[in-house]
Amino acid sequence: MTFNVPDVADVTGSVKSALLAINEAKDLAGLKIVKTEHLGDKSALSKASQALGKLAAENRAELGKVVGSAKAEVTAAFEAKLKELEIIRDLKVLSEERVDVSLPASKLPKGGLHPLTILTNEISDLFIGLGYRVAEGPELEAEWLNFDALNIPADHPARTMQDTFFIEPLESKLVLRTHTSPVQIRTMLENKPPIYVICPGRTYRADELDATHTPVFSQVEGLVIDRGITMADLKGTLDYFAQSIFGPNVKTRLRPSFFPFTEPSAEVDFFFNGRWIEWGGCGMVNPKVLEVCGIDTSEFSGFAFGMGLERTLMVRHGITDMHDIVEGDVRFTRSFGISGR
Amino acid sequence: MKIPLSWIREFSPIPQDISLEDLENAFVNVGFEVEGIDLQGRDLTGPLVVARVESIEELTGNKKAIRYVGLDCGEGSTRFVICGATNFVVGDLVVAALPGAVLPGDFAISARETYGKTSNGMICSARELRISEEHSGIIVLPADCAKVGASAIELLEINDVVLDVAVNPDRGYALSIRGLARELAASLALKYSDPAQKVKTKDFAINTKGIQVLVEDESALSIVYIRTISDFSASAVTPLWMSRRIEKCGMRSISLAVDITNYVMLELGQPLHAFDATKIDTSLIIRRAGNTKSFKTLDNQERKLHPEDLVVADKSTALALAGVMGGATSEVTEKTTQIALEAARFDPITIAKSSRRHKLSSEASRRLERGVDPSLAEISSARAIALMIELGGAKYVGSSSSGEPKYAPIVSFDPNFVSKYLGTEVSLSEVEEKLTIVGCDVAKKSTTNWEVDPPSWRADLLLAPDLVEEVARMIGFERIPSTLPTGKSGTGLTLMQYRKRSVANFLAGNGFSEVYNYPFVNPDFVSQLGFVGDRAKSFRLANPMSEEFPDLRTHLLPGLLLTAVRNQGRGAKDIALFEIGSVFRNTEKLEAQNVVGTDRVPDEATKAKIYKSVPNQPLHVGAVVAGKLGSDGWNGRAQDFTWVEAIGFARAIIEETGNVSTTSSSDFAPWHPGRCAELQVDGRAVAHAGELHPRVIAELGLPERSCAFVVVLSALGFPETKKLQTLITMPAAIQDIALVVDGSVSSSTLEAALRAGAGNLLESITLFDRYDKLGDGKVSLAFTMIFRAPDRTLTAEEVSEYREAAATSASKACGAVVRA
Repeated sequence: MTFNVPDVADVTGSVKSALLAINEAKDLAGLKIVKTEHLGDKSALSKASQALGKLAAENRAELGKVVGSAKAEVTAAFEAKLKELEIIRDLKVLSEERVDVSLPASKLPKGGLHPLTILTNEISDLFIGLGYRVAEGPELEAEWLNFDALNIPADHPARTMQDTFFIEPLESKLVLRTHTSPVQIRTMLENKPPIYVICPGRTYRADELDATHTPVFSQVEGLVIDRGITMADLKGTLDYFAQSIFGPNVKTRLRPSFFPFTEPSAEVDFFFNGRWIEWGGCGMVNPKVLEVCGIDTSEFSGFAFGMGLERTLMVRHGITDMHDIVEGDVRFTRSFGISGR
Repeated sequence: MKIPLSWIREFSPIPQDISLEDLENAFVNVGFEVEGIDLQGRDLTGPLVVARVESIEELTGNKKAIRYVGLDCGEGSTRFVICGATNFVVGDLVVAALPGAVLPGDFAISARETYGKTSNGMICSARELRISEEHSGIIVLPADCAKVGASAIELLEINDVVLDVAVNPDRGYALSIRGLARELAASLALKYSDPAQKVKTKDFAINTKGIQVLVEDESALSIVYIRTISDFSASAVTPLWMSRRIEKCGMRSISLAVDITNYVMLELGQPLHAFDATKIDTSLIIRRAGNTKSFKTLDNQERKLHPEDLVVADKSTALALAGVMGGATSEVTEKTTQIALEAARFDPITIAKSSRRHKLSSEASRRLERGVDPSLAEISSARAIALMIELGGAKYVGSSSSGEPKYAPIVSFDPNFVSKYLGTEVSLSEVEEKLTIVGCDVAKKSTTNWEVDPPSWRADLLLAPDLVEEVARMIGFERIPSTLPTGKSGTGLTLMQYRKRSVANFLAGNGFSEVYNYPFVNPDFVSQLGFVGDRAKSFRLANPMSEEFPDLRTHLLPGLLLTAVRNQGRGAKDIALFEIGSVFRNTEKLEAQNVVGTDRVPDEATKAKIYKSVPNQPLHVGAVVAGKLGSDGWNGRAQDFTWVEAIGFARAIIEETGNVSTTSSSDFAPWHPGRCAELQVDGRAVAHAGELHPRVIAELGLPERSCAFVVVLSALGFPETKKLQTLITMPAAIQDIALVVDGSVSSSTLEAALRAGAGNLLESITLFDRYDKLGDGKVSLAFTMIFRAPDRTLTAEEVSEYREAAATSASKACGAVVRA
């Protein structure tokens, strides 16, 4: 095999044509061919390198430098061009991969908590923060706990005020609780004061379902028994409650009323969106109720309050028809999600 | 109670210019809700005049009777009008609206041509003037009550404010003008004169003349008065001032005798009953019905009597259902001239029971069951016979009485308690002033001991807080400040409360929508779903809202399924619902609830009995998925929700509670008998899950393969707090194994066998493939097993040993053969 020993002019020519070819390469495929042609084993520069070995040592050093720097120059030009073409290619690919991100994003199934649950949790947490416990009890309840112990004797007009669902046979003396107050009685019978409890739960009264009534509804009641509890404490607790649920500037007012289990008794209203809205009943726990539960009325006094959660929801969320709350339409629940916001 | 302000003004000078808002607030501030305010006469303008009927021409040939009537309206000439009523004769005084008048409902009166005549006005009925509901004929005024041409608006006192005031059950005294005038006057700080104090009872002393009264059952009343009159003029009519007041209070004017009893009841609050004295055999007896089986009330209905019913009777028979309704035989009629008037302070409970038993709530029973001022039996009966003498020309015969009025006892009271209880300073002089306003007599023994004697009409003022309420409503509840007490023993949520929240959040976060169904179910539907035995034993309501849903639910699925159907009917697809709620099963032997008093604290045994009279009400979570969880979208189809997912959710809920469940197959309704899993914890069934029975799905029209699961949250224990070991960071060794078993071998059994043989370095085992097309009823199950040692990298030899051991165990336990 013979080698033509290159001279400097040959090398310079090769560099020139290589740089020209690199510069003219249009895409990565073209550049690859250029690389093979001008930097590959069979390229002029590679051949020149190979031929160097045949030279006498004194010539080799000088020409070697020339060939080496020529190769470096071409390689550098190639690398630069490669980078440039890669960037162009990437931009093209990314642009082609562009999508419409406004398409419906997710197929995560959409569920939700019923707003009664959300509100119950909210109220429970609020009162837990005030040092209360959440007390619960059965919905099917003993008449004695639902009525008698609350100073609502049989045949008293107050007993017929609440349209009660009775269980057959009547001798069973079981009713669907008409309020969550029997939970208060159970709490007082089983615990010594001080007592601070909140009692949320389902309650029942034989009212026809219409836009504002439902025979099955939810209540939350509060009960506090402690030394020196006053009606001002009741008012303050209701203010705090109303402001937490309806907004920081909401006012409440008490109106004298009657409940057998409280004395004095009051209706509580709150001022919302420019009008007074009836919220619930409240009062100082009647000593007769405390005494039947074994609480010493010379030492302790207490207050109680109760309100309907449906009504609270309706006012807060602008719900105009009770049917939406009770009928279980998924559209209603889903609109509240999990946080209710 | 409906009250005309004009009547109230007789006893208190309510300002003429008081605004309706102030009037309403005055009642509200002292505890009376105003349910309605009727401005009578507001939409009525005259001329409305008194007219005398001069001539009547009957016009024939019409579908109904039509009269062409000549009226003297005091104009000097006869005015002719057309009239469709026939309840009047020539000479009667009537009310005529003349052209230019506008009647309620924007009904303008003008001269008009009708029935071939010119009608120059209209003769009015009470309803047309909106002064009562009476519309059976036109108003015929009492003879000589006014001159023709006089203003009927003034004569009938049409312009008035009628308030409808709600009276709470503890304030029976306020079901009267006397009571409400007192409250309004107190609220507005105005003078008040008590109508009861104007009555002269001395004129009608007790004697032995007239009808005498005998009380057989003294527990039935505290006091009764019977007063007898004679020579009552049968032709006397009720004066307009009286009938108009009765009408404004929402009652009807009937006859002078009856109107007087009603008038006095409205004024003072004491129900009265007038008997025709000639129909009474000798004397009146107040007794329990006992053997008297029935009698006819004055509405001509035969009433079956309960032995406990209280009746007013004579020697031979029952004459009235005491305090509820009079009887037909002794009722006063247009021929009655001798009257025995009964006024009694009956026992409220006795009257309430009678009223409830007979489903009869009358003006009388409403007052008596709330408690009537015991002093009124004497006073009101005297007032009524005085009116009979004055208006009906009657002569007093005599009075008899039985019993004593019973009043609330004197309350010993520390007046400083008011400030302590209300949490605001109320001076002792203010306390005294307010107690006096409501009618109490205050005797001040010392600054800390007052003896407060409640007024006759306040049997409810028994304890110190009762007096505090009176002071509070008189000073105004707005005086009470706002202070916030905080608890001392808050313990946060209970474990069960946390559980409910986390289960709800878990399901809602996974696409389920929470619902609250009514717990009322239809027993036919429940049985159609296949519920039997204990799972179908329910409680039945004595008074359900609807006969269709009389039972309490024993399970959540009936309600959830119907709600799913309702959602589907409203166009929803892919419905996933859940509910957390109690169920009611009538499967326990319950303690009988004996009558427990409230006069003392129940002892432990009594409390236990009360608690055990109430059934256990387990807490369930149930879910139904009709369609998919999530919906198909532009980017692909949602995953099917099958029995596999249903069981997975049930198991996940159980695992979330920290419990470990095992799964076996079940044939519980309403599930598909071959696709229902029973999940057990410690050998107890705690959940069922799977595909619903195809028949149930078809009958409800739900999507095929709809699924459901139910977990009994209250059946799951609360395991001890989890203890975790430090995580092992050594590399894992992964081994797959495929086994062929008979189709009857469940995957959980096979997995358990593998687990048992694999040794304690097995970290997890997961089924990743199942193939059932092998034939011979064989299936292939392929598992991935991951092994890990805490202290070293496992060698291939070691791991393959474990795998062999697992296979051997599976072979022994399930006849499994490793698939080649």
